[in-house]
Amino acid sequence: MTQPTAALKATPLNALHHRMGAKMVDFGGWDMPVQYSGILDEHQAVRKNAGLFDVSHMGEIEISGPDAFALTDSVTTNAVANLKTGQAQYSGLLYEHGGFVDDILVHKVGDDHYFLCVNASNQDKDYEHIAAQNRHSAKVEFASPRYAQLAIQGPKALATLQKLTRTDLASIGYYHFVDDAVSGATARIARTGYTGEDGFEIYIAPEQAERIWNEILDAGREFGIKPCGLGARNTLRLEAKMALYGHEIHASTTPYEADLGWIVKMNKGDFTGKAALAKQKERGIARKLVGFEMTGRGIGRDGYEVYLGGEAAGWVTSGGPSPTLNKNIGLCYLPVSRAKPGERIEIMIRNQPVEAFTAPTPFYKRAK
Amino acid sequence: MYPTNFRYTKEHEWVRVEGDIGVVGITDHAQKELGDIVYVDLPKVGARLEQGKTLGSVESVKAVSDIYVPVSGEVVEINEMLSTTPEKLNEDPHGTAWLVKIKLSAPEEVSRLLSAEDYQKYAGAEESGH
Repeated sequence: MTQPTAALKATPLNALHHRMGAKMVDFGGWDMPVQYSGILDEHQAVRKNAGLFDVSHMGEIEISGPDAFALTDSVTTNAVANLKTGQAQYSGLLYEHGGFVDDILVHKVGDDHYFLCVNASNQDKDYEHIAAQNRHSAKVEFASPRYAQLAIQGPKALATLQKLTRTDLASIGYYHFVDDAVSGATARIARTGYTGEDGFEIYIAPEQAERIWNEILDAGREFGIKPCGLGARNTLRLEAKMALYGHEIHASTTPYEADLGWIVKMNKGDFTGKAALAKQKERGIARKLVGFEMTGRGIGRDGYEVYLGGEAAGWVTSGGPSPTLNKNIGLCYLPVSRAKPGERIEIMIRNQPVEAFTAPTPFYKRAK
Repeated sequence: MYPTNFRYTKEHEWVRVEGDIGVVGITDHAQKELGDIVYVDLPKVGARLEQGKTLGSVESVKAVSDIYVPVSGEVVEINEMLSTTPEKLNEDPHGTAWLVKIKLSAPEEVSRLLSAEDYQKYAGAEESGH
């Protein structure tokens, strides 16, 4: 119920969202749809059928030239050498001290060309961070203005998008992509997502965004596709235990603490943050991310304190109702010895301790 | 849309007076702004409430919102239905999904609340400001 004060940034679909009656919010400086028909309704649409999200606020950075591999590998935690052309990987961009600058997707377009998808509110910082470490002669381009991004997610995402492209989508593996066309317009079609469902994220020219958005909704109508906002995106990603920058990860958390050790490859060459991570690995981490389910009445939300045996011991990074499980779930940081499923904890909700138990994650995993 | 026998606050609560009892709820505008309501936190019967202080909270999927006390008094009944079916607040905010009944200790407070007409203008202005 607050009025936007500073001028908000807008995606190429901003006018359409307003026209279609989406509820808009200030999301990290962007005027974005938080919901269309309702978060629960959109959440179920993605789990059962399909949902379409405007994620054009996400940033893109292109690294190219003969030194593209060397630069990309030296600023990210995952092994870029493991990527084949047409493959994508989840990775971390770290500070020297081991904390996150951002979590990103690295796509290998060719031996001398990498395409990075980064978080909206981090994109300027990410670009500067990478450019500052370009001791090589790689070309680093802030490419966000050239792309709109749409996410088509859910069991019917493939059938929907297939109607608009000649590329055999079933042949694109998970975390792989193809450069082709959607509705006759050049598109990078990646089998990636942030919902825990099968689906695609497509990168297209901004001037094509509105037409393609409408064509996807038309194509998916027979399957029950729904336009979705960031509210459902958040409940979906939380069930799938996917990290959100500023919550599970930020400048003072490391991949090991965030239970993301799998994106760190210590046996590759040097990368920013490696020395700090090596030291942390040797000493051991003090705290770790773990899931929880509320057993008492209440919803543990972002920032709430977590108590163990009556003592403050950690905090909730993300929490809310899980529409799929019909429980109140969340993620929190706890001392590492207690960051395992089955521990009784209490979450302080408006100065009242409310019982919860740590739980296995992900909370939701789709049937393959 | 907004019943004329209710009085309203700028924080989007309503009160309907029946004798010395005030029935309190949140407005249709409030439920729309909140979205899917999943949890309602209410005071206990017997609690003494002071106008303008926090009465409880309503949680949607996305966020927590405080509810404020529109009229001072003692809680004589809470709407138990909302603990199991909080979504009723989205469906019938001016009717079956009332929140609490308060035995008024300062009935004169009621006259200082907004009329339906004034509230409608106020809520409408908030909506068009989006």
